[in-house]
Amino acid sequence: MSIEISAKTIQPVRLSYGNLKERFGDKKPASRYQEAVYDVQPTTNFQYLPIWDTKHELYDKSKTAIVMEDWYSFADPRQYYYGTYTIARSKQQDVAEHNFAFVDKRDLFDSVPEEVKQAAREILVPLRHVEWAANMNNCQITDECFGSNFSTLAMFNAMDRLGMAQYVTRLGLLLDGNEETSLDAGKQAWMEAPEWQGLRHAIEDMFVLDDWFELMVAQNFVLDGLVFPLLYDRFEKKLTTEGGATIAMLTEFMDDWYKETVRWTNALAKVTAKESEANQELLSKWTNKWTDRLVGALEPVAAKAFGADGIEQLTEVKEALLTRLTKSGVTGLKRS
Amino acid sequence: MSDKKNTVFLIVQDNEDARPIIEAVEQDNPDANIQYQPGMVRMEGAGQLVVNRETVEEQIGREWDVQELHLVLVSLAGNVDEDEDKFELSWH
Repeated sequence: MSIEISAKTIQPVRLSYGNLKERFGDKKPASRYQEAVYDVQPTTNFQYLPIWDTKHELYDKSKTAIVMEDWYSFADPRQYYYGTYTIARSKQQDVAEHNFAFVDKRDLFDSVPEEVKQAAREILVPLRHVEWAANMNNCQITDECFGSNFSTLAMFNAMDRLGMAQYVTRLGLLLDGNEETSLDAGKQAWMEAPEWQGLRHAIEDMFVLDDWFELMVAQNFVLDGLVFPLLYDRFEKKLTTEGGATIAMLTEFMDDWYKETVRWTNALAKVTAKESEANQELLSKWTNKWTDRLVGALEPVAAKAFGADGIEQLTEVKEALLTRLTKSGVTGLKRS
Repeated sequence: MSDKKNTVFLIVQDNEDARPIIEAVEQDNPDANIQYQPGMVRMEGAGQLVVNRETVEEQIGREWDVQELHLVLVSLAGNVDEDEDKFELSWH
């Protein structure tokens, strides 16, 4: 007697959800990102207008001047949905935790010169307020935007910003042996020191922007595109040459995070600008407006961080940002 | 007959981790013959088959190490030329 083992294939009746079949056809199974993110937000049957905003529906395309034929034509190149996002961040968190524990255990701050510590207190510690503001702004985008690909992206971004505010806070605590002195001083500098007031003013104006896409440009394209390369990259490199490599170790996440963020901001700029001439013009108008405003606001900060070299550093960062956005299809940007 | 002799193939498991690889092979080797078999996917190429890191990274949305291929690899035929950027099969 012989036993014949044969393999049988069972064809699934359908490969994915109906909404994805409509979008991408029925040839291949949909990716997890597509299944988790596309079309989750309701688009019909809003019987009642919200009482706090009777001009708009709960999810409303007209909350921004940007017009897209299909709001789902933008896909996050990182393909973050809850699973991939939390796995990626938890790995990075492990590394960061380890770095903090290492610096603490080996008392690495003892060997950092006092001037470098003071520079970190004055320039880096107040950034926790900038991060908190970025969290607020991205929550606002999550609230107002149209399409669950955008709300996913903005909410993950908002959580990242809260995390980064916490890293800065822990850096501030470590600087002073777990005393709150530098955090308090940072808050006071943020509220009162003249070099921060321009930036604080600009950020508070961003809080009350009506158009969520303008806020997206102001916060995630322009402000982040200036602050991260200028302060977490260039300024920390300067600190490192002066003996502050310890600080760079504790803000490693910000550097990685920014490189990752650039990928989706470029993709978003590209998709939006390609859609229509009008979108393209709005993008360049907003980029010009906020680049002017924020570069002006960051000048005193750059001067404090780099001394005489500050303005030049800021200009280089600005040029790099504008070049990157131009490459992504946002033309007509004002160069200095 | 000579065609048959020339064939290289790569067989990977049919799962979520392998899918970006399969899609990358499909994109970079338009002539490849891809067969979905129970539990695994057989990709055949005439003389050559290549998996490019960059294409897989586009599909997967993160950095990808070519060696991750081995986690889903079932079988292969051909001489392997593997470096940081690609995994290539051919007959020498």
